[in-house]
Amino acid sequence: MSSSRPGISVNIASTTGAPTSREPSAPLPMRMTISKLNFFYGAKQILFDINMGIADKRVTALIGPSGCGKSTLLRTLNRMHETVNSSRLEGEILLDNQNILAQDVTAVRSRVGMVFQRPNPFPKSIFDNIAYGPRINGMKGALSEIVEKSLRHAALWEEVKDQLHKSAYELSGGQQQRLCIARALAVEPEVLLLDEPCSALDPISTAKIEELLVELKNLTTIAIVTHNMQQAARVSDFTAFLLTGQIIEFSPTPHLFTTPSDPRTEAYITGRFG
Amino acid sequence: MTDARLQWRKFVSNFMLTMTGLCALVSVSALFFILGYLLFNGGTSINWAFFTQLPKPVGETGGGMANAIVGSGKLLLAASAFGVPIGFLGGIYLAEFSGGFVAAIVRYAADLLNGVPSIVIGIFAYSVVVLPFKHFSTLAGAFALGLMMIPITLRSTEEFLKAVPSNLREGAMALGASKSKTISTVIVPAAYRGILTAILLALARVAGETAPLLFTAFGNRFWTNGWTTPTASLPVMIFTYAVSPYDDWHRQAWAAGLVLLGLILIINILARTILSRGIAVPRS
Amino acid sequence: MTGSRSFLARLREGDEIARLVTFLFAASVVLITILLVYELWVNSALPRHKFGFHFFVTSVWDPILDQFGALPFIYGTVVTSAVALLIAVPLGIGAAIFLAELAPPRISDTLQFFIDLLAAVPSVIYGLLGVFIIVPLMRTVIAPTLIKTLGFLPIFRGPSYGVGFFTAGIVMAIMVIPYIISVSREVLLSVPRDQREAALALGSTRWESTWKVVVPFAKTGIMGSIFLAMARALGETMAVTMVIGNSPKIAASLFAPGYSIAAVIANEFTEATGDLYLQSLVYLGLVLFLLTFLLNGMARLLILATTQKGSKVTA
Repeated sequence: MSSSRPGISVNIASTTGAPTSREPSAPLPMRMTISKLNFFYGAKQILFDINMGIADKRVTALIGPSGCGKSTLLRTLNRMHETVNSSRLEGEILLDNQNILAQDVTAVRSRVGMVFQRPNPFPKSIFDNIAYGPRINGMKGALSEIVEKSLRHAALWEEVKDQLHKSAYELSGGQQQRLCIARALAVEPEVLLLDEPCSALDPISTAKIEELLVELKNLTTIAIVTHNMQQAARVSDFTAFLLTGQIIEFSPTPHLFTTPSDPRTEAYITGRFG
Repeated sequence: MTDARLQWRKFVSNFMLTMTGLCALVSVSALFFILGYLLFNGGTSINWAFFTQLPKPVGETGGGMANAIVGSGKLLLAASAFGVPIGFLGGIYLAEFSGGFVAAIVRYAADLLNGVPSIVIGIFAYSVVVLPFKHFSTLAGAFALGLMMIPITLRSTEEFLKAVPSNLREGAMALGASKSKTISTVIVPAAYRGILTAILLALARVAGETAPLLFTAFGNRFWTNGWTTPTASLPVMIFTYAVSPYDDWHRQAWAAGLVLLGLILIINILARTILSRGIAVPRS
Repeated sequence: MTGSRSFLARLREGDEIARLVTFLFAASVVLITILLVYELWVNSALPRHKFGFHFFVTSVWDPILDQFGALPFIYGTVVTSAVALLIAVPLGIGAAIFLAELAPPRISDTLQFFIDLLAAVPSVIYGLLGVFIIVPLMRTVIAPTLIKTLGFLPIFRGPSYGVGFFTAGIVMAIMVIPYIISVSREVLLSVPRDQREAALALGSTRWESTWKVVVPFAKTGIMGSIFLAMARALGETMAVTMVIGNSPKIAASLFAPGYSIAAVIANEFTEATGDLYLQSLVYLGLVLFLLTFLLNGMARLLILATTQKGSKVTA
C-alpha cells in the first residue's frame, strides 16, 4: 500500500508525463497534511484513517467510484462539513503545519477556497460576484484591479471585460463556472478545492477549465475531485484512489495510471467496476 | 485580513444572530401574552351562568351569553352547509374533470374571493340577502361566513385529491370502476384526512369573524328562533361589550374572548397535529 | 379522458352527471365572485355619479349635509398601515431570518407552529387586548414618554387619550407579523443551498452569508410577503375599529384619534340613513376591495418570482 505518512515529503519522480522510473529527487513540500482522519455522519462512519498530503503548487486528484467518500474528504479540507449538524471528525488537518480544526473557521475558509460541482454565482453582477470575497475580507488594493486579475487568471477576462456590470446569470454554464473560479481566486487562497467542477459542463467548457487548472497550479495549490479518470490523468500531478472511505493508493499520477500497485486500483482504472 | 477585523466581523455576526433570535422571541411571545391576559381577566368570569343565561337588560350586572354561543353554533353550521359543498365538489371538479383553462379561472376566482376583506364580504351579503328580504337574519350571516369558507375548502380539496397516488386510481379503473365510482370510493377516502383538516381550519377561521356579521346577522339580546331573524354571536358580543361603558360587560367580554380563542386554538391544534400527521397543512 | 365508451354508457354510470354537478359547483365560485364585484359597483352608483373623483380628495364627511369625502379614511388607513409596517417588517423579517437560517430545524418548526397559531387569533380578540391593555399603556406610559422626549416633532404632539393612529398601528403590527414571518421564512428556505455554501466557502461569517447573499437572493419574495401583509392590514376591521378613536379628521399627530376605511364601514353601515350615505359606504368598500386586489396580485407575482428563481438558477 502506498501512501504518505504525515509530515514527510514524498519522493517523486518527474511529473511531466513520462512513465516513472523511481529516481529520488528533491522532496516536495506539503501544503496540507491530513493525518488519522476519521469522519462520521451521526453513527455512520464515512472515512477511515485517511493519511495523505496535498503537495504545494501541484494538482492532487481524488478519484474513486460513487460513494467512496472523495467529496466528503475534499469538504473537510475547508471545514465545509460543519454545515451539516450531524458530522463528526477525528484527526488532524494541517495547513502550513497548523491544524485548521483549531483555528477560526472563517479565517480557514479565506485561505482554502472551493469551487462547487454546479456553478453557483450570486444574483449580482459579474463584478460584484468577484468583489464579494475581497470586500468582506477587507483586502487592500483597488477592487477593479483585483477583479481584472482574477478574471485573467480564470481565462474569462477577454470574454466579459466590457460587461462587468451585467448579471452573472447571463453567462453560459462554462463561463459561470470560470466566474466561480475567478471568484474563489479573488481572495488569493493558498489552496483551491474543486469538487467535480466540470461534471455539469459540456466538453468544450470542460477542456477550457482543464487547461486553466494546469496553469493555475503556479498560483495556488489545487485539489480536485473527479469521477472522470482521464481528466485526472490529464490534469493532476498526484492521484489518490479511494474506495469505501479508505485510500487504497496514493502516488504520482503517471505511476498510478500505468503501473498501479494495488489490484483494486487497476480494476477501477481499467473500468472493471465503478 | 487583520485579526482585529476578523474579531469585529465575528462579533457582528453573533450580535445580529442574537437580535434576530430576539425578534423571533418577541413575535412568538405575543401569543402567550394574549393567552395570559385572556386567562387572567376572563378566567374567573367563566361560570355556569355564562354558558346558560341570556344577557341581562342594559345596565344590570350578571347574565350570560347563552344565545350568542348558540347563535354562533347555528351560524357555523349553516355556513358549512353552504360553503363546504361548493368548495368540496368544486375541488373535485378541478382535480378530476377539468382542463387547464377552466381550472385556472376557477382557481383565480377562489384566490380573489379569499383576499376580499371580510367587511366587504359583509357588504356583499347585505346587498344580496338582507336587502331583498328587508331584514337581518341568521341566513345572511351564514351566507357571508360560508363565502369565506369556500376558497380554503376548494383549494385544499383539489390539492389533496391530486396528491392521491396515481396507482390507486389506476387500480380501481382497471377493475372496471367508472370515474365517479373511483372518486367516491377510492380517491376521496384516501384524501379525506387532509380535506377534513382544511375544513376544520376554515371553520376555525370564520368562527372568529366579526365584521361580516355586523350587518348581516346583526345581533340579538334574546333567543333566535328559526333562521330568518337576527341572531347574537360570540364575536359580535365581544365587540359590543368591549366598547361599552359598563365594567360588568367588560368582564363578560374577557370571558367570551377566552372561550372563543380557546375554541379556535383547540381546533387549530387538533387539525394541525392530530389530523394532519405527515400532510402539509395549508396556511390561512 | 373518459375513454371511448359511448355517451349513454357514461351517462348510465354517472360520470357525466358527476362531471356536470361538480362543474356547476365550481362555476358557482366564479359566478359568486363576479356577482360580488357587480354588487359593489352597482350599489355605489350614487356617490360615484355625484362626487366622482372628488370623493377621494374631499375631507368632509357630513351625513347631515349629504357631503361625503373619503380623504380622512384613506389618510387613516394609510397612516396606521405605515406605522404597522414600520414595526412589523423589521421584526418579522428578523424573525424569519432566524427561523430559516439560524435556528435548528426542530426549534424553527416549533416556533413556526406558534406563529401559525398567532395568525389564527381573530381580529376582535386583538381588539379586546387593544382596548384594555394597549390603550391604557399608550395613555399612561408610551405617549407621555414620547411626548417628553420627541414632542417637538409634529407626529408626536400630545395629548393622548390612548386611542389613535399609533395604537391602531401597534395592534395592526402584531396582527400582520405572522404573515410576514411565514411567507419570508418559506421564501428564505427555498434559496438553494449552494448559494449559502458559496458564500461560506469564501470566508463569510454566518451573518454575512445570510445578509449579503441569501436575503438578497430572496429579496423579491420578501417584498411579496410585505405586500401580502399590507393587503391584510388594509382589510383589518375590528381591532382597528376598537382602538382608532373613530374621528373622521386628518391630524398630523400619531396620538390623535382618527378613522380608517374599514372602521367607518363597520361603525356606520347600520346607522346610515338615506341611499347616498349607505352607498358612500359601499363606495368605500369598493375602494378597499380594489386596493387589496392589487396588493394581493402583486404579492403573488413577487413570491412566485423568487421561488421560481431558486429552481431556475443552474448552469
